[in-house]
Amino acid sequence: MGRIDNTFAALAGKGKKALVTFITAGDPDLETTESLILDLEKSGADLIELGVPFSDPMADGPTIQLSSERALAAGTTLPKILVTVKSVRRKTDIPIILMGYYNPIFMYGVERFIADAVAAGVDGVLLVDLPPEEASEFKAVADRSGLAVIFLLTPTSDEERISKVARLGSGFIYYVSVTGVTGARSSVADTVFSEVQKIRGRVPLPVVVGFGISDPAQAGAIASVADGVVVGSALVKQFEEFNGKELHARLSSMVSALKAGMSA
Amino acid sequence: MRLPDNKGHFGPFGGRYVSETLMPALLELEQAYNYYKKDRKFKEEFDYYLRQYVGRPNPLYFAEKLTRKLGGAKIYLKREDLNHTGAHKVNNTIGQGLLARRMGKKRVIAETGAGQHGVATATIAALFDMECEVFMGEEDIRRQSLNVFRMKLLGAKVTPVTAGTATLKDAMNEAMRNWVTHVKSTFYVIGTVAGPHPYPQMVRDFQSIIGREAKKQHLKVEGKLPDYLVAAVGGGSNALGLFYPFIDDADVKMIGVEAAGYGIETGKHAATLTAGTVGVLHGNKTYLLQDEFGQIAHAHSISAGLDYPGVGPEHAWLKDSGRAEYVSVTDDEAMEGFKLLTREEGILPALESSHAIAHVMRLAPKLPPEKTIVVCLSGRGDKDIHTVAGVMGVSL
Repeated sequence: MGRIDNTFAALAGKGKKALVTFITAGDPDLETTESLILDLEKSGADLIELGVPFSDPMADGPTIQLSSERALAAGTTLPKILVTVKSVRRKTDIPIILMGYYNPIFMYGVERFIADAVAAGVDGVLLVDLPPEEASEFKAVADRSGLAVIFLLTPTSDEERISKVARLGSGFIYYVSVTGVTGARSSVADTVFSEVQKIRGRVPLPVVVGFGISDPAQAGAIASVADGVVVGSALVKQFEEFNGKELHARLSSMVSALKAGMSA
Repeated sequence: MRLPDNKGHFGPFGGRYVSETLMPALLELEQAYNYYKKDRKFKEEFDYYLRQYVGRPNPLYFAEKLTRKLGGAKIYLKREDLNHTGAHKVNNTIGQGLLARRMGKKRVIAETGAGQHGVATATIAALFDMECEVFMGEEDIRRQSLNVFRMKLLGAKVTPVTAGTATLKDAMNEAMRNWVTHVKSTFYVIGTVAGPHPYPQMVRDFQSIIGREAKKQHLKVEGKLPDYLVAAVGGGSNALGLFYPFIDDADVKMIGVEAAGYGIETGKHAATLTAGTVGVLHGNKTYLLQDEFGQIAHAHSISAGLDYPGVGPEHAWLKDSGRAEYVSVTDDEAMEGFKLLTREEGILPALESSHAIAHVMRLAPKLPPEKTIVVCLSGRGDKDIHTVAGVMGVSL
């Protein structure tokens, strides 16, 4: 059992749900990313998603687009992100998932990336533009190395695709709550609840829900049906206004509130 | 073997690298396309619009004065510039528009660089009574104000894209984002032989009318197949449209001409096949302009339609398999091509097509007079008048 499985098992044992927090690696710089990971954990995050910035983030809304641009402008690269993970891994056991687009990993080299990621302490990878149809080579290598490959399901996924992802996925399933790009939204679609229940009945992995979840009330509502909640853009938005100690304090208080919302 | 395979791969290239939200839509599109491409009524309707609306077949024109001036091989121009809307792009938008209608989609979206594909999409949206939104980089909107106004007259909404480099690749990102958000109601009309499967195949098939006509026309006047095919390559749809029907004719040499911008050595160019590396962007694996960390580089070309850091996956395959050759031409050389064709033949070529002409200026004089070259004159140059005037220091 890896860190992801252990975390979900431990939470389930206590009747609790996972809070997954997303920040872009290297925004505003990788030193901040490292210290924020530790702060997020202290404030109640159960898993960390680290965005690997890409020049052409086609599945992301403006907040994460801008964050990726800031990270790239600061000189963030995939090799440097792995160094950061390695460093933070000495201080924490929180599961770390790299999330991003396939091209930076393809350029790094699939086999080399998987070996280096596992050695650095990365637990899973979610590649937005690597659907099951194109993932077989990546998945085969990842399986041998014990790296979880997390797939997305969406409101457009039919039964056949749900079973395909159920067969192929590891770690957990990421259910995208909207047909759209990432970004905070004021309300959660009603269909999410029935969809998540349907998927949980068919998939042996934990199901977490993301895209558009921004406040404790939404997180609480989702946590009542899912195994976990992902909050991304709402946190990343803070990087536009705050930095340094203020940013750390801001994110910590948001994460504590989200966690409280999920236990209410 | 006919490519692509059933998953959309051309050798190691192509494929379907998109988010899960779009996969069902692509599978639905693939199924619809595979059905209708064999449907007699669909084919008749496509042919009808190409003939009666686009004005096909367009001529394979023997450029006698240009041939004499260059003093070598005989030069034929495939006159896509004479199509309704002034470029080859409309061949594809008619096809996709008819398909969208069959699939019950009431809204079409498109990305555009030079504006030619945007205009061609807005045109068929007007014709087929569909809502239309075109995404265009802010930089391109500035360069191509005439086409922006044409799209608006046709009833399309033109949405400026300010992200990234504000050119074609960013317009494509934004169109993809919009498609993800409105995937059930919307048909995404991709303008070139790139993007996720089945687009590279479908756009190639719709554009193949260029090569099928040229083959027949050349056989009729010359009694043989041409020796060379030359076409500009940005994403590569006019080139593949010309090349594809000749792919099994091994003696016909195929040359794609990329934009070398300020020169390959300056790094400011759009010559993806000449100087790029393999990667994944916009749903397919192909050659890209990118750095060692997989971040996509800025492309540059005087021609907005070639200003793209990727290229269709089938071109990547034709390059690696050696079936086609790819060369590049700088902004300055393209300008010379533009001026030469204008003065010799009275034809203003689009700056995209001027790249093909510029390569013919190098190629034709080296060949004996019994050889023939077919050049795809993919579009007319009216839209580029402001750019050309700017280069020549003339203010309009």
